[in-house]
Amino acid sequence: MKLIKNGEFVEDRFATVGDEDDLPDGPVIVSLERWQAEGDALRARNTAIGVRLKSGQEPTPIVEDLDKLDVVALEFPTYRNGRAYSYARLLRERHGFKGELRAVGNVLRDQFQFMVRCGIDALEVGDNITPEIWAENAGSFSLYYQPAADGRETVLSLRHRLAQRARERAAV
Amino acid sequence: MYRYDEFDHQLVNERVAQFSGQVARRLSGELTEDEFKPLRLMNGVYLQLHAYMLRIAVPYGTLSSKQMRMLAHIGRKYDRGYGHFTTRQNLQFNWPALKDVPDILKDLASVEMHCIQTSGNCIRNVTSDQYAGAAKSEIEDPRIVSEIIRQWSTFHPEFSFLPRKFKIAVTGTPDDRAAIRVHDIGIQIVQDDKQNIGYEIYVGGGLGRTPMIGKKIADFVPKEDLLAYLEAIMRVYNMYGRRDNIYKARIKILVHEIGVEEMKRQVEAEFAEVRKAGTLHLPEEEVARIEAYFQAPAYESLPDESTELNKAVLADRDFANWVKSNVAQHRVPGYAIVNISLKPIGGTPGDCSSDQMDAVADIAEKYSFDELRVTHEQNLTLAHVRKKDLHAVYEALKKHDLATANINLITDQIACPGLDYCALANARSIPLAQEISRRFADIERQHEIGELKINTSGCINACGHHHVGHIGILGVDKKGVEYYQVTLGGAADEKTAIGDIVGRAFTEDEIVDAIETIVTTYIGKRNEGERFIDTYRRIGVEPFKESLYETH
Repeated sequence: MKLIKNGEFVEDRFATVGDEDDLPDGPVIVSLERWQAEGDALRARNTAIGVRLKSGQEPTPIVEDLDKLDVVALEFPTYRNGRAYSYARLLRERHGFKGELRAVGNVLRDQFQFMVRCGIDALEVGDNITPEIWAENAGSFSLYYQPAADGRETVLSLRHRLAQRARERAAV
Repeated sequence: MYRYDEFDHQLVNERVAQFSGQVARRLSGELTEDEFKPLRLMNGVYLQLHAYMLRIAVPYGTLSSKQMRMLAHIGRKYDRGYGHFTTRQNLQFNWPALKDVPDILKDLASVEMHCIQTSGNCIRNVTSDQYAGAAKSEIEDPRIVSEIIRQWSTFHPEFSFLPRKFKIAVTGTPDDRAAIRVHDIGIQIVQDDKQNIGYEIYVGGGLGRTPMIGKKIADFVPKEDLLAYLEAIMRVYNMYGRRDNIYKARIKILVHEIGVEEMKRQVEAEFAEVRKAGTLHLPEEEVARIEAYFQAPAYESLPDESTELNKAVLADRDFANWVKSNVAQHRVPGYAIVNISLKPIGGTPGDCSSDQMDAVADIAEKYSFDELRVTHEQNLTLAHVRKKDLHAVYEALKKHDLATANINLITDQIACPGLDYCALANARSIPLAQEISRRFADIERQHEIGELKINTSGCINACGHHHVGHIGILGVDKKGVEYYQVTLGGAADEKTAIGDIVGRAFTEDEIVDAIETIVTTYIGKRNEGERFIDTYRRIGVEPFKESLYETH
């Protein structure tokens, strides 16, 4: 398993711990259930902390906690299950989450760009993924028809900005 | 019609490059068929019984002559000289080689066409009224909003892995030719009392195993908010639609399970948030930009009556029949809408040879402002023909076996590919449709019977829309033998209804006689001027049951 963060292959400083596991030293990612049961104790450790949402767990229960979290990990149980794309956009666009939004589970190369557009900035990928594969797939498209969490300019805006500029030039 | 700008071109070209890379990885063996499957399914490539099938998007069913000629070329060069128009206004090629698909995509891109989102669990090609821009009662050309939706939904990062496929249909007239109430979302263009245009929204319609009629969840969504409203529906569906069972994954099941009121509440709440964020607000200048592509063509000022037409109708009985069934009223005096039947007697519904494609492209160029439509009933339409040219158009079509005078009549059937092509089918559909077509071949008799729509599906997935056929036929498999179950009274128009099952299924040997019995029963019971569906709505299923199952 490799971790890509903001387009770079990086060491994962977080340990993902099961609900029954002892907590190791250092940053951890725990389940929603563990966060809800042990949140105060976890915060008292004074290390970075993340919560992992399963595919059926929408972000609502952690919305109030977002400023306390460094990572929200979103599970994609199979490539076909796209629920977490909506969770990602809601976390970024509606709830203003500024921390790391991490895609975990069945993360296929052909989905990199969709995930990034939805505000995911970290992806756990298979060992076969190389920087070349990342670059090729994260940049498959250079234009976007619809607004999303990445704030990239849409084709619509581009069209009218260029048209406006042309009108201004013509007026000079 | 819409023309790509530099940005639309670039996006399609980038998609061609991406998919070509994926095909190369498959052909080199780097990808297994299993790994390739999700990728090809994002681009209209299906693996059928015998070969790959390629589905090409015809956005809202509109084609230029140039595009039609390219489809003819592809059919000739890469397939077996024909293609198949589908109930989603698309075109399928049944025999392309995978290695040729990248070249086909390049050819398509050169005429502003593609296969994007013609399969997969994403927002599919938006379908619309084949009479768009020509229909008398039209409030606004539905292709404008269809194109806006096409762009918004293309490579939508959030909605490309929905619980299931998602189909949107738009109509701009009160009489519905786009079957909007059997779509995941149906959009009816409406006007308020201040002449503002907005959208009435239906959600949760669909056929398949669990046919449902779409329910209205909004009376009037203002134009500038349409995309925000659609995004709200899609987000609710993406988050709460079922993913545990493929047969319960369509939005109709979600709407059915939580109820339309709760659906409406959730969508309204989400819509309020999306609207507040403001990023999907549709600017007037973009609407105006797209609207400009759908300006009315340069009609001549003509008298509504054409003496040439009247003379030809009197002189040529076959032509008169064709005018009666295949020609519809146009909003502009002196013009008419021509429907081209792709249902010749004994033919395969929706099939069209490359030579025929070239012929209709030429006819469209000469007589109908260079543009064509594909209908969801698997026919073609020339939207703007001068009445005085109708006879010439008819003669030109006749040369290519394209002048069958049967639109909306008993041989104008919808049929899915069935067991001849499809891996899912239980029974053959096309041979049955052909047999029914031959039984009722007599055009005079067809006209005597009047409007009657027979839809046939080869399995419960209902690709042949049997639920909404006036007569619906469903192929079922009973211990290895093909049987056909009959439903009556279905409709896909503004009075959408799911047909009633008439009784036990018929064998292959019985089914055509059963159709004959249904027709005879209707003729015996009908009042003056009543169509089959009117009579059925008046008398119900019982009289048909009696005549079908009475012991002799």
